[in-house]
Amino acid sequence: MQTFDLEAEGLRALNSALHAQAANTNQTVWEILNPKGSHAIAVGLDAPIEVNVKGSTGYYCAGMNKQATVHVHGSTGPGTAENMMSGTVIVEGDASQYAGATGNGGTLIIKGNASSRCGISMKGIDIIVHGNIGHMSAFMAQSGNLVVCGDAGEALGDSLYEARLFVRGSVKSLGADCIEKEMRAEHLAILEELLERGGCDAKASEFKRYGSARKLYNFNIDNAY
Amino acid sequence: MCGIVGLFLKDRSLEPKLGEMLTDMLITMTDRGPDSAGIAIYTAESDGRAKLTVQADDPATSFDKLDNALRKAIKGNVGLSVKDTHAVLDIQADQMDAARSYLTAHHPDVRIMSRGETLEIYKEVGLPKNVAERFDIRQMSGSHGIGHTRMATESAVTTLGAHPFNTGLDQCLVHNGSLSNHNSLRRKLRRAGVHIETENDTEVGAAYLTWKMQNGATLGEALQSSLTDLDGFFTFVVGTKDGFGVVRDPIACKPAVMAETDQYVAFGSEYRALVNLPGIETARIWEPEPATVYFWSHNTAPTEHEKAA
Repeated sequence: MQTFDLEAEGLRALNSALHAQAANTNQTVWEILNPKGSHAIAVGLDAPIEVNVKGSTGYYCAGMNKQATVHVHGSTGPGTAENMMSGTVIVEGDASQYAGATGNGGTLIIKGNASSRCGISMKGIDIIVHGNIGHMSAFMAQSGNLVVCGDAGEALGDSLYEARLFVRGSVKSLGADCIEKEMRAEHLAILEELLERGGCDAKASEFKRYGSARKLYNFNIDNAY
Repeated sequence: MCGIVGLFLKDRSLEPKLGEMLTDMLITMTDRGPDSAGIAIYTAESDGRAKLTVQADDPATSFDKLDNALRKAIKGNVGLSVKDTHAVLDIQADQMDAARSYLTAHHPDVRIMSRGETLEIYKEVGLPKNVAERFDIRQMSGSHGIGHTRMATESAVTTLGAHPFNTGLDQCLVHNGSLSNHNSLRRKLRRAGVHIETENDTEVGAAYLTWKMQNGATLGEALQSSLTDLDGFFTFVVGTKDGFGVVRDPIACKPAVMAETDQYVAFGSEYRALVNLPGIETARIWEPEPATVYFWSHNTAPTEHEKAA
């Protein structure tokens, strides 16, 4: 295992070392000490490595991730796993605003709560939150799945496209064009797999599904150019 | 951007270290606001006494025998201690209005930064590290304090544009964000007779809260109504003689992190500002909810205004 003291060696050295790992690296497990809320930790990784961050982070932790597993043993600041392409990001604590924003793929698991704008403009990522999520989550979400074991804040799924939203608890309000939808067998199967992947202690049958009513301007073919 | 830090001590044994802890927190927030910095500290109370913290561009001239002049004018016991461009005038609490009127009328070169029984405000243009050094903030003790690092977006980088803003006796405000209706609100407040010195958006926010409270609102009510009347982005931290409060606008895009232990309640724009506080590893850490007024107070029996907050 590689141990890296962020306070002693600095962010640039950390990210350079992580970027230098190729697909066949032998240095597959990394431990980062003293993150102390620093920004941009383990950003832009592209190798099948596991990075354990021992503490809480600041902005943009694990952004643009490909292949890697980044496990934060603490809470994360704004923009966690933003624009993730593949791989897995796990946050043991809470994640601040716009976690998983614009994510194309991979899995983001938040074991605490996520703040506002979680999964905004998500494009294929799966986001699994054990706790609650804040307002304007999944705004303009295009595809992928958002699973919330707790409650959702105001304006969930505003201007939603094809992403699936599963919420176990209450939803404070739905955003424009977001509606509750029927939970069919195929959705239960998808959700069961997601709950298992996320290590959630919850039954798929306890959730409601939300999605796009497809009534907004751009869903009407007569408005196409 | 802008950075905010705040520290409210529950454990009185930490009071001698308040200045040092707040200074470290403030310096950590330098890259959120390198233009100017300021700090408000609530110091020990002295019976029947109050403080006017004043600032001058040419302190050597402006503060020379200022205490004598003031003593003569208001016929009271006046103390003066100069710290760089600021000075604290120690006066009798019942002579606050007389002292203010005298300074305003006869010493236009001396600007009042704060007034109150325990509050002192220091703020200047420059890096937070340098501002804290000029005023020797590290050596200060107190029960609670708030600090601000500024990255100006709405108005000029000047001493008067720096935060915290004094909003009333022993009250102050710092702001991260930008108010978009400050011009119309400034006109409205000026028509109502409120004095607003600069084109700064936060000064309008501070004046708004002051005006609300002058018209009978409690601090909690004033903060609550700011959610309706102020347009734009804001995370406000307010200080009062007994405690501090936090409110974020409903969009809540300006960051905020809070930590609480048996010893303190701390606020930071980012978690980085809190990492060196004692016991932070086991503190309760959370993000304040949007459009929600939070308040902590040293008062064991909360008054009406803390309840409202």
